[in-house]
Amino acid sequence: MGLFILRRFGVMLLTALCLTFVVFFLTNLYPNLEKLAKTQGNFRMTDAEVTSYLEKNGYLQPMVVKYGEWLGVVPSFRHTNEDGSVQGRCISPGVSPEDAPRFCGVLQGDWGFSTVFKDDVGAIVSTRLSLTGKLMFWVLMLMVPAALIVGVLAGMKEGSKLDRTLSTFSIISTATPEYVSGVILITVFASSVTGLKWFKGTATSAAENATFENFFLPVLTIALYGMGYIARMTRASMTEVMTAQYIRTARLKGVAFSNIVMKHALRNALIAPFTVIMLQFPWLLNGVVIVETLFNYKGFGWTLVQAAGNNDIELLLACSVVAVFVVLVTQLISDIGYVFLNPRIRIS
Amino acid sequence: MEQLTWTGTLGPVLNPLIMAAAAVFALGVVAQFLLSLVPSGNVRVGSMLAQNKGPADYAGMAVKYSFGVILLAIIAFMVGGILLPGPEAKGIIGAMSARLLPVWVGMIVIFAASIMYKRKLGLYGKLFDSPIGMVGFALVLFWVLTALFADMIVTHDPLSQIAAMKNKVPGTPMPADTEGYGWYLLGGDNLARDVFSRMIAGSTIVMQIAPLATLFAFMVGITLGLPAGYYGGALDTFLSFLANLILAFPVILLFYLLVTPEIVETGLPSYMAAVLFLFPIVFLVVLFNSRYYVQPAKQRLFVGGTILIGGYLYLSMISQPGTPLHFFPDGLDLFNIPGGILIVFVSVVFVNSPTVFRIVRGLALDIQTRDYVAAAQTRGEGPWYIMLWEILPNARGPLIVDFCLRIGYTTILLGTLGFFGLGLPPESPDWGSTINDGRKLLSIYPHPAIAPALALMSLVLGLNLLADGLREESLKD
Repeated sequence: MGLFILRRFGVMLLTALCLTFVVFFLTNLYPNLEKLAKTQGNFRMTDAEVTSYLEKNGYLQPMVVKYGEWLGVVPSFRHTNEDGSVQGRCISPGVSPEDAPRFCGVLQGDWGFSTVFKDDVGAIVSTRLSLTGKLMFWVLMLMVPAALIVGVLAGMKEGSKLDRTLSTFSIISTATPEYVSGVILITVFASSVTGLKWFKGTATSAAENATFENFFLPVLTIALYGMGYIARMTRASMTEVMTAQYIRTARLKGVAFSNIVMKHALRNALIAPFTVIMLQFPWLLNGVVIVETLFNYKGFGWTLVQAAGNNDIELLLACSVVAVFVVLVTQLISDIGYVFLNPRIRIS
Repeated sequence: MEQLTWTGTLGPVLNPLIMAAAAVFALGVVAQFLLSLVPSGNVRVGSMLAQNKGPADYAGMAVKYSFGVILLAIIAFMVGGILLPGPEAKGIIGAMSARLLPVWVGMIVIFAASIMYKRKLGLYGKLFDSPIGMVGFALVLFWVLTALFADMIVTHDPLSQIAAMKNKVPGTPMPADTEGYGWYLLGGDNLARDVFSRMIAGSTIVMQIAPLATLFAFMVGITLGLPAGYYGGALDTFLSFLANLILAFPVILLFYLLVTPEIVETGLPSYMAAVLFLFPIVFLVVLFNSRYYVQPAKQRLFVGGTILIGGYLYLSMISQPGTPLHFFPDGLDLFNIPGGILIVFVSVVFVNSPTVFRIVRGLALDIQTRDYVAAAQTRGEGPWYIMLWEILPNARGPLIVDFCLRIGYTTILLGTLGFFGLGLPPESPDWGSTINDGRKLLSIYPHPAIAPALALMSLVLGLNLLADGLREESLKD
């Protein structure tokens, strides 16, 4: 078990390195740097001015060196101006070059500076992440119980009317991506056309003060898309368990149906959905980006879109590190959890 | 010309009927759900166990009949729309149904023919035994035919703007002095274009990209997944690592990194296209070569033909003016795909292939332990023959099902791209871009966003139901 986790951890680290390098490579291609120089300087820069700007800020070094600097394993770039002053990535304003550290990368905890928000990337990402964490928390609170209940009810008696109704519902919910269900929900519950106006069509104010009125629609939108899939997996697992020999034995013994479901079937039926829920996180991340854009909720997904749209290299890198981290950690947890929950694997 | 109502002259008769039926339906569903939680009462009749008709059964009957009434009323609106004279009498639903006449005819012909010959049509024919599969197939067929006949169906040019029609509600008549069709059936969007025509034109774009991109992703996934599963070892480890790497990327971040104009300027999508489009040719060449290597005449014919035709198509496909890969003389170049579509196509194939790879690899791992694979190995067949002519045909069931699901997923991805305004030009009528356009005024004028949203949902739902039906029917034997 220990070796298994260690190996998974190694693969995870390698994956994270490869992925960040890909993001780094793509964001540091020359046309992107040129755009960056022009947005930072002015849009009428000549090619020579662009080159000198990039030169001064160390963007023209070899890709691997730049990546090493960002990571914090290569001494960071410094440039001596014509007037003799030294500028560089690690030298914050007001600190003399001699006192500034030589290494300032992710390993040193320095995530860089965002060119869009004019702020420290670490600070931006942590505040935005906490907002998204709030969203995700409520999504999970709504989605997981609802999906499990729907799946278990549908899987209790395969082929019954209840099963068919609930299965249809889950298929419809998996076929409705967030940007469709969000649009429909806003139209029905928040627009002047139906006149219901029960909820608000934007969630901007939910960042400070989340209420049922401004926060329910975004939560529901994300939860609906993920729910169908988990419910279908739960149903499949439940129907499989319900045909098992020990359930038949229990029924023949005369145990009440509700007791069979609650005491015999449920525990075994919930092993598979656990893995599915964990692997659903990367999809939830997608949903978060779409929904935060649609409802204008300024969380992590919204920040990612802003960073990507404006080629804010360091913010984008930080966002992708977080995203990749979430994906890999959930994979790890789902693997370990599966082994832990399933006695057949655990004991052997 | 007057404002159209939704239901036209049939409305006053059928609307109350639909309302009543819908109320009964809703009540019935709720009652059925609640009653199904309580076990039904069984009665002893002599030595037999008989079941009385309980309240749950009556609720079930109510649901069934009221649903039938709703369905019949909707069909009446549609048939009435085709038969009644003049759009005022037809209503919006009827007028749309009249515009969609070629689609209805096509659907009826295909369904009649398929049901008549369903015993001779293999898995496709069996689809018509399962109601879910039929509903799914009908939805998919509807959109396929709509995309085919789009030019006949649209009432206006999807890009033309008529200033007076800005943000008008569905059924608004055109200003008096304009020619052509007299109404905007589903209203106008914020640039005063016809929502109905844009929705129909959008289906063509989706139908052009989604199935073909899925097919390409399957070619890539199969060509790499079979050897990974069959050989295992270092090749498998390496390819699986690569696949997991791509899968660990959040899709939207990947799209933003691949589809922005700056990246397009570097020619990266063109190089990716050059690599990805090579796979179908490699796949077909290996497929024919492994089968016909003992029959040189056929081998030469098939392999040579694939290389010649496929190679020519490949070269004219990847050679695009305005990208670094523009080497083909214009006279020889068969076609040029519009830049936006190529980039979207490539990125969607790129995102989909690792998942297909994983599925194929899993299936190959499973199937290669079977006896018929061992028999082929003993016969001395080559590894590629075993992979492509022994393993692949036996993996077709799950692959066909996944193909349907994946077209739906690709449609969702295309919508996502459009929603973030990536890839396709902003005035393009594809559903994602239209939803993105419409969402800014959603709380005042939702109709421009609702129409494409429902269209996208119904297509994906149809594909999911179709996949479900296929899975059910393929498991039966």
